[in-house]
Amino acid sequence: MSGPPLAWYLILSAVLFSLGIAGFLFRKNIITIFMSIELMLNAVNLSFIAFSYQLKQVNGHIFAFFVMVVAAAEAAVGLAIILTVYKNRETLNVDEVNSMKF
Amino acid sequence: MDVILFLIFAIIAVVCAVNVVVQTHPISSAISLVGVMGSLAVLYLLLGAEFLAMAQVIVYAGAIMVLFVFVIMLLNAGAESKRGRSFVAQLLGFPLLITFLALAAYFIQRLYPASAIVHFGAFQGGTAQNIGRALFTQYLLPFEVTSILILIAIIGAIVLARKEL
Repeated sequence: MSGPPLAWYLILSAVLFSLGIAGFLFRKNIITIFMSIELMLNAVNLSFIAFSYQLKQVNGHIFAFFVMVVAAAEAAVGLAIILTVYKNRETLNVDEVNSMKF
Repeated sequence: MDVILFLIFAIIAVVCAVNVVVQTHPISSAISLVGVMGSLAVLYLLLGAEFLAMAQVIVYAGAIMVLFVFVIMLLNAGAESKRGRSFVAQLLGFPLLITFLALAAYFIQRLYPASAIVHFGAFQGGTAQNIGRALFTQYLLPFEVTSILILIAIIGAIVLARKEL
């Protein structure tokens, strides 16, 4: 009866978070960038739940729950913004949405 | 057994996450993201978070990803065109990412020694009963504020998606 060390979960979380950052920085499609943000939120949730296991407390689960709720709200508003941007600009490329760029 | 399950689903999660980043078509990225979320739900179960594992499948893999796929289909988003990346970024990006991950792994290993083992079933506090009790006593105010946040999000989404804007 042996399990994986807690550190493995945290390292997996770090790997997923880094991949989310990489996607956020490299990709140009606004929807893919949004999905990378969701990936980062999921990685953080994994950390929360791993620490909650280690400390034998339910508080980490509550935080992960709130992160999920905020992610759902964010997805609804963000996708509405993407729809509006596409309606006005006819593009999903973030490099072409640069009216506020100096 | 726990180690094998962890390794299987960790590898699925990482491979799908890499796929999210490297695929050029948004639909492929979205499907890969569903894979990441499904395998993460299994890892939550291994950590004793039953309620959150179910919530992960229902809310993330179910609701949020359906919303994503719906918007991708609605906008008929095509494959992303390859554009000129900066040479320095191309040269340094991957090695720096690996270096960062190696450093992070090293420090995590130092902070959490191998004696901190995750046993399936050792933590029983993640049931719906426990979550509900904590949510409606200690975290009641944040919970109610969250409902206001969701109401604002609904109104905002409707206002943004109106015809005349």
